[in-house]
Amino acid sequence: MVQIFGEFSDSPTNTHEYLTMGFSPNSIPLQQRWRNNGLSADFLADYLTNFFPYSDDNDPPSIERREEIKGAVSYIANELLENAMKFNENTSQYPVSLQFQLHDDHLILRATNSLPKKNVEGFQLFIQELLNSNPDELYVRQMVRARENDSNRSSGLGLLTMKDDYKAKLGWKFETVQQNPGVVVVTTAVQLSVISEQFFSDLL
Amino acid sequence: MEITTKEYSVKYDAQTATIHWQGAMRLSDKEYEPIKQLLNKVAALELPQITLDLRKLQALNSSGITTLGKFILSLNDKKTTQLLIQASKKIAWQKRSVVNFKRLMRRHLQVEWE
Repeated sequence: MVQIFGEFSDSPTNTHEYLTMGFSPNSIPLQQRWRNNGLSADFLADYLTNFFPYSDDNDPPSIERREEIKGAVSYIANELLENAMKFNENTSQYPVSLQFQLHDDHLILRATNSLPKKNVEGFQLFIQELLNSNPDELYVRQMVRARENDSNRSSGLGLLTMKDDYKAKLGWKFETVQQNPGVVVVTTAVQLSVISEQFFSDLL
Repeated sequence: MEITTKEYSVKYDAQTATIHWQGAMRLSDKEYEPIKQLLNKVAALELPQITLDLRKLQALNSSGITTLGKFILSLNDKKTTQLLIQASKKIAWQKRSVVNFKRLMRRHLQVEWE
């Protein structure tokens, strides 16, 4: 069974530049791998900036644009990996992966991980809330919830900041890959505009 | 009060009532625990003003943003402390996300940009 939420983009990889990183769930302890999330995200962001050549090294808008994109990709890729590692069903053999794909006017980051079936419903309810709520209210609500639960674990703030602060389009694909015990593979796709005014318009 | 590691530091300067943040903090939830304790101690002082100097904090993950958000909510409850956040437009996450903290403390929070 396949379920789609939000603006899920599943375009084929063979027509665009892409890079995929894969992580085996059992090979390295989580704590050690936690550091790898930031390293992988920074690598991806650095690598990506090669596709946005400086028109002129002394041109401040072009330098600023590269730095903007690099900062956004580093933040978003790190959040996607942290979530994938945090919620992954480590007893399953499905790898965690992070892929980036470059299109003419936008880029896509896709993170894939497995989830125990029992955790799917709660996640899908949060996705609905994220897609349908007023961002101001949801931000405050999630902070208050995180404080009440005394936890940062499921504040959903990573996804919320991608959507509101970075103006990214978010989509999800859920695929049931195993029954008894139920395992679902979820792909989170984040589309980020790299040329449109939208990405830069509401900066201070 | 101070927490220093290879990657980041959080230091409270009592003379200026300023918490200075530095480095890259992309920690797991559990690793934020000592930082949360430091923030709780500062909040408990019930000072008239606290400054958060974030200008050298190059990276912060959403768990760190949540940690800061919860601290701001606790100051908002007490209603005794004014908060000044010093932030940098040169740092991507700050340019994007710092302004949202105002949603948590509408009246007594000011952001100063460099």
